Amino acid sequence: MDFLRPTTWEEALAAKADQPEAVPIQGGTDVMVEINFDVRRPVALLDLNRVAELREWDLVDGVCRVGAGVPYTAVIEDLGGMLPGLAQASRTVGSPQIRNRGTVGGNLGAASPAGDSHPPLLATDAVIEVESRGRGVRMIPAAAFYLGVKRNALEPDELIKAVHVKPASGPQYFSKVGTRNAMVIAVCSFAVALHPEERRVRTGIGSAAPTPRRALEAEDLLARELDWDTPALDPALLRRFGRLCAAAAAPIDDVRGTAEYRVHAIDVMARRTLTWAWNDYLGRRAA
Amino acid sequence: MRVTFTVNGREESAEGVWEGESLLYVLRERLGLPGSKNACEQGECGSCTVYLDGVPVCSCLVAAGQAEGRQVRTVEGLAEGDRLDPVQEAFVECGAVQCGFCTPGLVVQAHDLLERVERPSDAEIREALAGNLCRCTGYEKILDAVRLAAARKAPGKETVA
Repeated sequence: MDFLRPTTWEEALAAKADQPEAVPIQGGTDVMVEINFDVRRPVALLDLNRVAELREWDLVDGVCRVGAGVPYTAVIEDLGGMLPGLAQASRTVGSPQIRNRGTVGGNLGAASPAGDSHPPLLATDAVIEVESRGRGVRMIPAAAFYLGVKRNALEPDELIKAVHVKPASGPQYFSKVGTRNAMVIAVCSFAVALHPEERRVRTGIGSAAPTPRRALEAEDLLARELDWDTPALDPALLRRFGRLCAAAAAPIDDVRGTAEYRVHAIDVMARRTLTWAWNDYLGRRAA
Repeated sequence: MRVTFTVNGREESAEGVWEGESLLYVLRERLGLPGSKNACEQGECGSCTVYLDGVPVCSCLVAAGQAEGRQVRTVEGLAEGDRLDPVQEAFVECGAVQCGFCTPGLVVQAHDLLERVERPSDAEIREALAGNLCRCTGYEKILDAVRLAAARKAPGKETVA
């Protein structure tokens, strides 16, 4: 096994281009588990810890750019005001030790359907910045990034550089079902983001389909029928929203939960998070 | 490969480290520091918790090569000579040690909590220790120990709920 230690982004891209089978390692919270259990024996590890710029975040032209190496702890502590949905989801990841090392970039690289950061990235129209030495930068919308169970849109010579997310213009909520309160992989999860100035609502479903996905018909329903000017969230509309979110899920039975339970839970979480977000929206409007 | 880093204030080198090897393995098997325990090797139990550049991490999930040139502080580095750290002392006094296997990780994690929060609430203690599993009896004595250590480290301060 090789252990590659680039110190700059250019060196990292060169290393990945020269040895596309090298496995990038940032926080190690997924990669090291597989190595420790001999599930995977990569020919090379590409350590990104020395590439300092990956650990930075910035506000560029009104968009928050979060480096692929920014740990969840920093998302929670530094970005919670701008990216409340992503920060809420980050707070449910593993333990403090895991959140100190794990990153949104790593979550995207692993592309597990259960990754906690995916639903809020979908609900906020996040864009993933990837780069290769040969072809330069590609900007991939989150909705086009997830291709299958643990498969993403990265080419073998590409690395994830950053995630671009607009600061929240309205309330955002994340909800997750797990068998206990901490240190748990999602049975399923759901994110909602209100975008009041555009009068639209975005969703993200986690761990209830082969990939994280949006509930498009549920979003369309609210685009047509949600009245942003009346205080009451119509209970019938809320129920239809929940049902359409549940219908967008395509879960399997596994050790963590049955498909039937997951569909039910997505319905409940969709109604709950939308209600939280709506009440929050009303409160801000009144203030 | 060869990996060199600072452990508990001393520069240490390990030779012949396999590229997929964890920091935990290097600490225990190559540097003779068995304080950090090896239990789950998947970041679930917290018994291998160490400081890496001042931040608590599961050393089983850090590739040894990632520690090159960095500062590691293990449970062995908390006491000053024979004088235990207040967290260690409180664990002994409260009977929080139990079988002892999870203790080093809990001590490091509790140590970090009290460095950041002088008088943590119970909810803050529980959240901080959520990644450290004990399979003996339960966590009450551990919570007692953290409360006692907090009270001694920051006397007179009120707990913020």
